[in-house]
Amino acid sequence: MPEIIRELCNGCGLCVAVCSCKGLVLIDNVATVVETVECDYCTQCEAVCPTGAIRCPYEIVVGES
Amino acid sequence: MSVDIEFLKSIPYFSGLDIAELEAIRQLVFERTAQRDEFILDEGEPGEVLYFVVSGAVKEFKTSAEGKEQILRIIRPGESFNDVPVFDGGPNVASATAIGPVVLYGISKTDIGIILNHHPRVAANVAKVLAERVRHLASLVEDLSFRNVIGRVAKLLLEYAENRTETERPRLTQQEMAAMVGTAREMVGRSIRVLEEKGAIRVDRHRIVLTDKEALRETAGELL
Repeated sequence: MPEIIRELCNGCGLCVAVCSCKGLVLIDNVATVVETVECDYCTQCEAVCPTGAIRCPYEIVVGES
Repeated sequence: MSVDIEFLKSIPYFSGLDIAELEAIRQLVFERTAQRDEFILDEGEPGEVLYFVVSGAVKEFKTSAEGKEQILRIIRPGESFNDVPVFDGGPNVASATAIGPVVLYGISKTDIGIILNHHPRVAANVAKVLAERVRHLASLVEDLSFRNVIGRVAKLLLEYAENRTETERPRLTQQEMAAMVGTAREMVGRSIRVLEEKGAIRVDRHRIVLTDKEALRETAGELL
């Protein structure tokens, strides 16, 4: 699931609008993650966030194909 | 729903206009909504309407003959799109889809002409908006034509996975990777897709698995 930096969130709700799995809601005007197995890590929420308040980080590992 | 004059006032196109001017412009603005993934514009079609995003977000992109997508930009509330065909009379430069549900304000090409004739300040604002757009696109052209961004992303992934222990290896967002290789987030997304198509990596939700280090080294080429 994405990570939210609460102090950077301006409550614009763009992330909530673009999230197709309903994994984000605004609570007290701050983006908040709702745990869901539907999240496929599309990272659209991070892409649209105007303040950099959402992070979708990747772990980079060596592995089998 | 009526067009919100306060919102019009906040749009760079209409910056510095007085209430009477905004009121006149409001008469020419219409509202349109679009659902997730709905096409708002098709590349190559006649460009008849200038749009402003009121709420939600829109993705502007070009598609290659092979179906590959290159995002030009993500348009957020207050920003405009489809400016170019409205002013030069040519076809739509790119396609645009709604990323989620969106509300847009639109102004027809004919009405934009009327606005420019009656409100010269708008012309100066338009010049500024278009200049910013050219600056953004010039930077994207530089990335796409002159710089081996895919190779740099490949190099970054190799260095990250190989030369650090787990505790020294913070997880990276696409934005952070972009900053590290000196490019835009859109270019990192594209590079990751290309590397995945090559079979060099596998993206497994929040994990990038390097599945073919030789292919990555080859892509990184002379950068290593």
